[in-house]
Amino acid sequence: MSKQYETVIGLEVHVELATKTKIFCACSTEFGGAPNTHTCPVCTGMPGSLPVLNKQVVEYALAVGLAVNCQINQYCKFDRKNYFYPDNPQNYQISQLYLPICHDGHVEIDTPAGKKKIGIHEIHMEEDAGKLIHDEWEDCSLVDYNRSGVPLIEIVSEPDMRSGDEVIAYLEKLRLIIQYLGASDCKLQEGSMRADVNLSVREAGSSELGTRTEMKNLNSFKAIARAIEGERKRQIELIEEGKPVVQETRRWDDNKESSYAMRSKEDARDYRYFPDPDLPPVVISDEWIGNIKSRQPELRTEKMARYQEEFKLSEYDADIITGSKHMADIFEAVTAICGKAKEAANWLMVEAMRLLKEHDMDPEEMTFSAENLAKLIHLVDNGTINRTVGKEVFEKIFAENIDPEQYVEEKGLRVVNDEEELRRVIEGIVSANPQSVEDYHSGKEKAFGFLVGQTMRSMKGKADPGAVNRILKELLG
Amino acid sequence: MTAKEILSLTAVQLGKKIKDGEVTSVEAVKAVLDQIKAMEPLLNSFVTIEEEKALEQAEEVQKRIEAGELTGPLAGVPVAVKDNICIDGMKTTCSSKILWDFVPTYTATAVENLKRSGAVILGKTNMDEFAMGSTTETSAYGATRNPWNPDHVPGGSSGGSCAAVAAAECFYALGSDTGGSIRQPASFCGVTGLKPTYGTISRYGLIAYGSSLDQIGPVAKDVTDCAAVLEVLASHDEKDSTSVERKDCDFTEALRDDVKGMRIGIPADYLGEGLDLEVREAVLKAARILEEKGAILETFDLGMVEYAIPAYYVIASAEASSNLSRFDGVKYGYRAKEYDGLHGMYKKSRSQGFGPEVKRRIMLGSFVLSSGYYDAYYLKALKTKALIKKAFDEAFSKYDVILGPASPSTAPKLGESLSDPLKMYLGDIYTISVNLAGLPGLTVPCGKDSKGLPIGVQFIGDCFKEKNIIRAGFAFEQNRSYEMPQMAADAMAGKEEK
Amino acid sequence: MAHMIDDTTIEYVGILAQLELDQTEKEAAKNDMGRMLDYIDKLNELDTDGVEPMSHVFPVHNVFREDVVENGDDRENILKNAPERKDGAFKVPKTVE
Ligand SMILES: [Mg+2]
Ligand SMILES: [Zn+2]
Repeated sequence: MSKQYETVIGLEVHVELATKTKIFCACSTEFGGAPNTHTCPVCTGMPGSLPVLNKQVVEYALAVGLAVNCQINQYCKFDRKNYFYPDNPQNYQISQLYLPICHDGHVEIDTPAGKKKIGIHEIHMEEDAGKLIHDEWEDCSLVDYNRSGVPLIEIVSEPDMRSGDEVIAYLEKLRLIIQYLGASDCKLQEGSMRADVNLSVREAGSSELGTRTEMKNLNSFKAIARAIEGERKRQIELIEEGKPVVQETRRWDDNKESSYAMRSKEDARDYRYFPDPDLPPVVISDEWIGNIKSRQPELRTEKMARYQEEFKLSEYDADIITGSKHMADIFEAVTAICGKAKEAANWLMVEAMRLLKEHDMDPEEMTFSAENLAKLIHLVDNGTINRTVGKEVFEKIFAENIDPEQYVEEKGLRVVNDEEELRRVIEGIVSANPQSVEDYHSGKEKAFGFLVGQTMRSMKGKADPGAVNRILKELLG
Repeated sequence: MTAKEILSLTAVQLGKKIKDGEVTSVEAVKAVLDQIKAMEPLLNSFVTIEEEKALEQAEEVQKRIEAGELTGPLAGVPVAVKDNICIDGMKTTCSSKILWDFVPTYTATAVENLKRSGAVILGKTNMDEFAMGSTTETSAYGATRNPWNPDHVPGGSSGGSCAAVAAAECFYALGSDTGGSIRQPASFCGVTGLKPTYGTISRYGLIAYGSSLDQIGPVAKDVTDCAAVLEVLASHDEKDSTSVERKDCDFTEALRDDVKGMRIGIPADYLGEGLDLEVREAVLKAARILEEKGAILETFDLGMVEYAIPAYYVIASAEASSNLSRFDGVKYGYRAKEYDGLHGMYKKSRSQGFGPEVKRRIMLGSFVLSSGYYDAYYLKALKTKALIKKAFDEAFSKYDVILGPASPSTAPKLGESLSDPLKMYLGDIYTISVNLAGLPGLTVPCGKDSKGLPIGVQFIGDCFKEKNIIRAGFAFEQNRSYEMPQMAADAMAGKEEK
Repeated sequence: MAHMIDDTTIEYVGILAQLELDQTEKEAAKNDMGRMLDYIDKLNELDTDGVEPMSHVFPVHNVFREDVVENGDDRENILKNAPERKDGAFKVPKTVE
């Protein structure tokens, strides 16, 4: 490759909002459920049914817009996007084109070259589609409208990103802001956060944009990174071979690590948007905006500062813990119960992070309760169990959310404080290891450690290390 | 009371007699069901008749009336409902093949309101397919005929409702009006029809044609009935975001024979070229009657009249193309028997399921919204709509009521209109702008032409001023009495003889 | 006719509207649409500069619903009219190739 190329990336991020009901009807948005059990005439497009807007959707959209420095369209409207597909029961999606609720915002990301602003072109409200299940046996598809009408916001960025790393940083930033606002849980795997990537390449230094493609079906940060790399290469190859890049929508297959064009004769991509006559406009007063602003919860930067100030955490710890809203929530809940912020932070920073890494999990996937971690801290702190046993119990809490008090009792993990029993065990160890005793007396300090280890092993780790040291020294003279 | 006596009553008169114990709801239902049996082979006003359900309802309602639970003026009175209004458990087809077997599991708010007032529902009336037409000939279930002369159309799209009321197959009916679909057939059938201000009656459960224009309204034998029915139907509905919260819904209060000082404007542009001379004479005569009663009459230039139809066809077709895309063979209704793949199923089901007029409007609507044409057609039409509204605003700063014809002519012969759609569209010239501006309109019979076909006069009011047109209509109709078409009277006479 | 609607346009609109017209219908559609568009062109006589397009006739705004679940499982009713159903879902021809 002789020439230098620059990759230009813009993102369309769809986020499912954390409302209890759908955007235009009183059906539950609860995830899962047997097919079509969360449906009504409105969200299945029955003739004669009409949409009525969920106020909470507007409030969440406003909250996100304000948090990413957007201007608010104080007069906004809904438009119909017309296209035929069975997951779309009316064969039009209610969305916003002409007057979306938010526009012209930005977020700041960290890059190796320093801070960088990523522009946000607009944020609009719209409804999600249903789910298609492909039936291999009967060569047909089955439509489930449980997700149909779940509220979404679509956040459209400017083409300001230049690499996969910047894209991930931008997504992480958006995710944290939205999670902190409580507007969505932003789970990529479950599809409550989805990103479509618009990508083009151009010769470095050129100011003209190349032809872009849109990639869909990206459901993890890793897939996004791989898809960007794959598409960048594909486009550069085309250009080098003198072939044109076709403006099209492509679907990324993460298993094959390649994308393919989603082309169809029926896909005219002429959506015939027009204002939805069933929905009157939304007028957003200054007062309403002020109200949303005043109710805005503590965002990450403020939380980080508070953790350092109030709980005396290091900047590093505060950064890691606030790096996930869920982690921060657990931290605060544990601290509230047991009053031991340092301990709580420690367990999360060391043990939890280790286990997350081991299992390749997101912090959002931690399911244990704050109560159980608080109980564990208490057990270690009052000497009921020692730290080594504590680690073992934590793994159980992390994996199965067991009650540590009950678990310690059932497994007999309490520290043995019984001096006589301890003495009897150590006497046995000493007499069974004459060579080590001799080594110790001849000045080999290592032998002492070996005898401590033997004692702990035979006590299954439940001995109080201080007492073991003391008795052993006494017996060895 | 004899069946003939019962069937000659208006809805409010019947309601009173039921309440007074002179006749029961069951007797009334039996009388109309007999009349339906006699008339239907000639008229085809109904798509669905629910004989047993109606009798059951009548029995139940009668008990509740006797128990003093139902006290409204329409309790126990049989009604027919246009086939684009959903009723739980009753087939609702929009007179289209594409909904040939569709049975809703929910009920339109308007019908809920009727039921609450003790109405007995007889069945569903025929219409132009998806309310697209002015003759009730585009129905997939055959044309309805005009009871005054079965060689003529009843008008449309609520032709079934209007013919049924005229022929005493029911005491009143629900219609819907997107561009004149209540007022024009009411005028062709010699009955009274009212389209209220947009947002007055909930659209929930009304299968949409042009959502920004559609309104349900009553079709009845006289203005008193229309006002009474409207009072029952009007409600603020949380299920319809375009429903308006109104405080002045005591419409029957306006039933006063008093037009002294009422300012009535007659648009000169409604009396010009294209208007049948006999219609013109009858309408002007109606105006003079009101003048004699003390109204102040004035002719004026409304303006914008010739732009209403093109603007309407852009807006209504665009909305229809989107509204009717849900009929795709996936969730309900007709699915083609043989097709190739998903899009094959869509295209075959829709092409076989929709009739020519519906397809024509879907195609036009899709075109005017398509890339590159939106501004030139759709936006232009919305701007025109704003200008039409402004013209009416100016007129209503000077007049309480606008008076004019409902249609340029009386009912045409069957088969005469469909061959030239554009010409048929022009017949809606006096009704369409009322929908674009969201205004209330009322048509009242005001005479007959030389062929014996009814002529209607239209009263148009400002937004939320139904009371003005009800008052004008009521005052006018004191000078006439309810008249039944000969064939409907003959059907009853035939029965009496037996 | 000022507006000549060609076969390509009719085909294209057919795709948008998901309608399949036979040859006679196509010819009729070309003619009808052309005539209608000629007629609609009458709107061009109007000077609408500076006129705000009116989609809603009344200045109603902010019609909202509170975020409260009111609907339960209504699956049987929702599927009642389905032309074909399977496993509690609407059955359609395969959507992916
Ligand atoms: Mg979108
Ligand atoms: Zn729903």
